Amino acid sequence: MTDLLDVKDLWVRFPTRTGVFDAVRGVSFRLGRERLGIVGESGSGKSMTGRAILRLIRPPGQVEAAHIRLDGENLLDKTEAQMRKIRGERISMVMQDPKFSLNPVMTVGEQLIEAYRLHARGGKAQARVKALEMLEAVSIRDPERVMRAYPHEMSGGMGQRIMIAMMLLPDPDLLIADEPTSALDVSVQGQVLQILDRLVQDRGMGLVFISHDLNLVAQFCDRVLIMYAGRVVETCEAARLHEASHPYTRGLLNSLPRFDAPQGRLEVLRRDPAWAETPSVGPDP
Amino acid sequence: MALTDRKTEGRPRAPFPRWPLRAGLTLGSIAATMLGLLFVTFMIGRVMPVDPVLAVVGDRASPEMYQQVYERLGLDKPLIVQFALYLRDVAQGDLGMSLLTSRPVSEDIARVFPATLELATLGTLIGVLAGVPLGVLAAVRRGSWIDQIARVVALIGYSMPIFWLGLMGLLIFYGILGWVGGPGRVSIFYDGMVPSVTGMILVDSALDGNWTVFRDALSHIVLPASLLGYYSLAYISRMTRSFMLEQLSAEYVTTARVKGLGERAVIWNHAFRNIRVQLITVVALSYAGLLEGSVLTEIIFSWPGIGMYITNALLSADMNAVLGGTVVVGLAFVLLNVLSDLLYKFLDPRAA
Amino acid sequence: MSGAGMRAWLLTDTPRSRGQARAAALYQGWLAFRSNPLAMVGLAILILLLAVAAFAPLIAPHDPFVQDLGNRLKPLGTPGHPLGTDSLGRDILSRLIYGSRITLYIVTLVALIAPIAGLIVGTVAGYLGGWVDMVLMRITDIFLAFPRLVLALAFVAALGAGIENAVLAISLTAWPPYARIARAETLTIRKSDFISAIRLQGAGPIRIVTRHIWPLCISSLIVRVTLDMAGIILAAAGLGFLGLGAQPPSPEWGAMISEGRRFILDHWWVATMPGLAIFTVSLGFNLLGDGLRDVLDPKNET
Repeated sequence: MTDLLDVKDLWVRFPTRTGVFDAVRGVSFRLGRERLGIVGESGSGKSMTGRAILRLIRPPGQVEAAHIRLDGENLLDKTEAQMRKIRGERISMVMQDPKFSLNPVMTVGEQLIEAYRLHARGGKAQARVKALEMLEAVSIRDPERVMRAYPHEMSGGMGQRIMIAMMLLPDPDLLIADEPTSALDVSVQGQVLQILDRLVQDRGMGLVFISHDLNLVAQFCDRVLIMYAGRVVETCEAARLHEASHPYTRGLLNSLPRFDAPQGRLEVLRRDPAWAETPSVGPDP
Repeated sequence: MALTDRKTEGRPRAPFPRWPLRAGLTLGSIAATMLGLLFVTFMIGRVMPVDPVLAVVGDRASPEMYQQVYERLGLDKPLIVQFALYLRDVAQGDLGMSLLTSRPVSEDIARVFPATLELATLGTLIGVLAGVPLGVLAAVRRGSWIDQIARVVALIGYSMPIFWLGLMGLLIFYGILGWVGGPGRVSIFYDGMVPSVTGMILVDSALDGNWTVFRDALSHIVLPASLLGYYSLAYISRMTRSFMLEQLSAEYVTTARVKGLGERAVIWNHAFRNIRVQLITVVALSYAGLLEGSVLTEIIFSWPGIGMYITNALLSADMNAVLGGTVVVGLAFVLLNVLSDLLYKFLDPRAA
Repeated sequence: MSGAGMRAWLLTDTPRSRGQARAAALYQGWLAFRSNPLAMVGLAILILLLAVAAFAPLIAPHDPFVQDLGNRLKPLGTPGHPLGTDSLGRDILSRLIYGSRITLYIVTLVALIAPIAGLIVGTVAGYLGGWVDMVLMRITDIFLAFPRLVLALAFVAALGAGIENAVLAISLTAWPPYARIARAETLTIRKSDFISAIRLQGAGPIRIVTRHIWPLCISSLIVRVTLDMAGIILAAAGLGFLGLGAQPPSPEWGAMISEGRRFILDHWWVATMPGLAIFTVSLGFNLLGDGLRDVLDPKNET
């Protein structure tokens, strides 16, 4: 499988009053047209990794890597103007909470049309048609009404579907989903994931799925990356997750309750500071 | 796969449109505030140590004359009745007679108010045109030298007495440099040359096509308007900066960037669009503040507006004029506040 | 306790007594404040004001009331009169120095009256709720709706000119924002569990409001007061300028500007110097207020 995304030795640093804070420390991975899950707790650096790929991290944050290659081109060599062409058109990102990630004073239609017209020729009329098509593709029943509505009038599930529609409109090759279902009701999570699944599959896109939910990622993705304290501590195929060897991953797995193997007492994850010190596991298998 | 939007479907519709109810409540609220305002001015008028009867009849009136005027002024009636009469008068536009000019106060105020409005309008315009871009820039380039300058500008604006700065301005730009016209609205020989349509000389002279008078009026208004404009800009830039900082750290800004939007569009089409409504409130408040600031400014520039009217009345113990002026300025304040509230509700899609 | 020991005691993360916790909070707040250079400038100006006002008789080179008509309108740098003399030959520097007392007097009185009045109204309205809240807030809104200076003018016009009436007039227009703040805080605190707890223990409303709610409102009020000080000083100067504050021959700074206004074109220093004094003191309070707000309420950092 040719690599769609190739990240090597990514570091993200933030200078603070008490010294430099390393949010991401030497992370490397490769991704083809498949689904990669990145799992970690808060502060593990998983979101920062996603943003670093899009080069969204602004000074005083510093991003360094040997390379971040998209289809062979190193994104770190690009100018800001070039990155703006890449964002949306080739890489897109779906964020966690549509209440905050959609502009509250613009109608849904305006935001969708904007997303389309930034990367395609054609007038407003054509953009409108495309936007309506996209809304139908994410199973929104009354797209005309939704186009005219404002984000706050939508429920969480609807808003997230709109977000997905907006980010997939310019037809990117790679989608980064940063906790896309974490802000949704459990009942709605499944529906949104199904839509995401179908669209990513139909378009042959690569997907980076960032989450704190190990089970979810294991079901949804092909491969999983476990991050802790800015480092990758383990990578494996999702199907073989139960064979994971790193104590952190095992700790995560064991702290989840299971119907088929009830335990008297749930194991509590014990964190070993040594995990933060060992270098990141490289891209593989 | 059909998915329903549980939030808006199936919700019972209200039996009647809601806006008349809200309009009624707003009007009621304004009325209540105005009532309170008038009560306060009424009470102030009654608290004076000066005897209002003596003020009318003079010291040497006979006891009968005194009694006559006492009854005519309604001072023999209970306080609540007096207040009711006062309210009735005000509602009809009767604010009493001015001792100084011997004309109805309402007539005087109608004559002088446009001068103040002209000043306040120009000042607010300057404040908006200069203050909003400065505030946006200070927020976008937080910590840079532009931000520091904006902060210094605002700091000075909050610390400098306006009448003193006006005096210094007159000294430097008129006295020493001679760049602008002196006190007053126009030079003496142009006074009354242009027919008064709106009461604002700039507008009237433009309507009349008399550009000489226009230029002269401009040279006279530029200094006081710039003075008020400075204070307006200090406030507006500070608020704009604060609002923009809040928006620039919002998630939807990241979304806009992810879409590939250029930075300028992100700032103006997305972030700024979110603060437009809040800015309207700020501009309205700034305008109100300038109406108030004109009180001290007009004295310095001998500007015949309502501020000078009130202070002259003050110094001559012309209570009707003082209270009349207070009522009018207070009413303007309340109306500006209400207007900004209404515009806010009207323009913010979330407030619907 | 030795110096180093005291410092460690104040910087501890684990205080052992309420007194220690309070002292630690104050000390750490002070450290944060101290790192802000502009705030320190503000503090320095304020201390200077206090010192000048306190030691006025010792610092002032001349009596501020003594007239010397042969020495009128002398410029800056005249020997014996570094800031010149005014239209009656009085030394401007001495008048400025004694004027600081008047400024301090007005500011202190208003800074006590307005916030306390606002605190009482706001906490009562917030705690009792219902129609009491509605009535009190309506009254607050009415006073807020009034243009501050104009209302103060009207008051002084009615009550007569004089420094006490000016203080009263300014206080009457300054209290509403404090009532609003106090009410907002009270509404938030009222729902807390610890209030329910002490109510269950039998505390009456007065005790709850005074002993428990008031202390929590204090810090926001202090920040607001310091930020308002500049406005109060400017309002007092404005009233003085109109002749409604301290009466002549009192060396009130606003009145001094008014006196010097006639001579602005040829003897500019008579009106300029008092204005600089007003500006400096207002600036000091603004810087101090900004610094305090950054320390006490960091989410509003500008």
